[in-house]
Amino acid sequence: MSLEAFFLWFSQFEYVQLLINEWPLYLSGLWTTLWLVALSLFLGLFIAVPAGIMNNSNNWAIKFPAWAFIYFFRGTPLLIQLFLIYYGAGQFLANNEHPIALAIWPWFQEAWFCALLAFTLNTGAYTAEIVRGSINTMPSGEIEAAKAYGLSRFKIMSRIVLPSSFRRALPAYSNEVIFMLHGSALAGVVTIVDLTGAARIVNSRYYAPFEAFITAGMLYMMTTFVIVFLFKKWEARWHKHLKPLKV
Amino acid sequence: MKKLIIAAAMILTVAGSAHAKEWKNVRIGIEGAYPPFSWTEPNGEVKGFDIDMANALCEEMKVKCTLVKQDWDGIIPALLARKFDAIIATMDITEERKKKVAFSEKYQHIPARFAAKKGTPIELTTEFMFDKRIGVQRATSMDTYVTDNFPKAQVKRYGTADEAYLDLKSGRIDYVMIDSAAISDGLLNKPGGDAFEFVGPKLNDPRWFGEGAGIAMRKNDTELKAKFDAAIKAIRANGKYKELQDKYFDFDVYGD
Repeated sequence: MSLEAFFLWFSQFEYVQLLINEWPLYLSGLWTTLWLVALSLFLGLFIAVPAGIMNNSNNWAIKFPAWAFIYFFRGTPLLIQLFLIYYGAGQFLANNEHPIALAIWPWFQEAWFCALLAFTLNTGAYTAEIVRGSINTMPSGEIEAAKAYGLSRFKIMSRIVLPSSFRRALPAYSNEVIFMLHGSALAGVVTIVDLTGAARIVNSRYYAPFEAFITAGMLYMMTTFVIVFLFKKWEARWHKHLKPLKV
Repeated sequence: MKKLIIAAAMILTVAGSAHAKEWKNVRIGIEGAYPPFSWTEPNGEVKGFDIDMANALCEEMKVKCTLVKQDWDGIIPALLARKFDAIIATMDITEERKKKVAFSEKYQHIPARFAAKKGTPIELTTEFMFDKRIGVQRATSMDTYVTDNFPKAQVKRYGTADEAYLDLKSGRIDYVMIDSAAISDGLLNKPGGDAFEFVGPKLNDPRWFGEGAGIAMRKNDTELKAKFDAAIKAIRANGKYKELQDKYFDFDVYGD
């Protein structure tokens, strides 16, 4: 069988037809998922590190806001948070003449912004908890040594505690990244065409749910593999000092 | 070996005769989120034109019917997966769907229309619709129509019509395009609906909207199709259809 004949034979299958016709839709969906997740993870870090440090404080006034934030966003489902932001904005900010509402409604009008905000706050809360735990398990000897050297509290935080905690947090954080990737499948319910949204459109065109969703599932799985691989690389690099010595 | 073949043949015969079954019990898939055709009351009860139609047809066919609620975008896959035997959910008889399922004769024909905030202009051209935000219900014939005809518009696809109305009210989308009777009932006649109106012409191009809405069934259930066709004809003739129609609409929903 020549190559051409093989392709002709191959492309007669309904599933292959579906892939040939719809791969641009899947790719654009994958792209939406990737930037949405990457951007929320990045922005989430800026919430997580301060919130994690604040939540470790002994001062109630500093601890409480961080604690309440983490408690709310870990205590409610991501879908509920997304609905609250998306439909809440539609209810209170739309058609509202208040200057603040007028200023922020153009952002909340966009579904991607609502999803980005919900994802960022959600991952921020979960990552803050990782940061807090990681700071808590800091060997006290290292901090005592730093104090003995006369380092300021800020220097101890930035030079000793955070870098070391960051290393110890890596495995737990890789889990959070994967959870966020999978959690982002909810973006489809507010009209965003992410990878799951693309699969739903394909399903509605072909009435072939298994084929439509297995394709999206494979793409999610491949993305997860890449994430796992990257974290393995980073861990190998930053956990070098923890490896047994080669003799 | 011979015995085995005979046994297999017998099983096949039995299975074959069981297939041409007497329909005593028909499970009917409905949506329950598309007033006035079907909606769900706060207490969980489903009501609407489609529901009454299902009950009237079942009565006419002398079969016992069970109604099964199913989200719209999974309703054809669920039929094919044998979760129910027929769909009565204002489903347009389109060429695309005919590839997967069989349809009865039409039992209603209601045009689709755009709706928007009062005074919104509309032109059904690619250029005018450039970057316009149009809300549709996912997997409907309106979804296909808008996707095919206005490739440069931003098509927003919703799970239910109600979600699309919410976003039209908040201004996230410029137009919705849904069955005209559904828009009247779900948007225009509801509180706050007076700020909106139909815009543009009635749309019923058979290429996208088919020849009306029919009852969808699996392709091999030919006896069931014959039964439904006969029942539709019968209730049209004996006045039952008109009685149900007048309960919900002030115009002829059967079309011509």
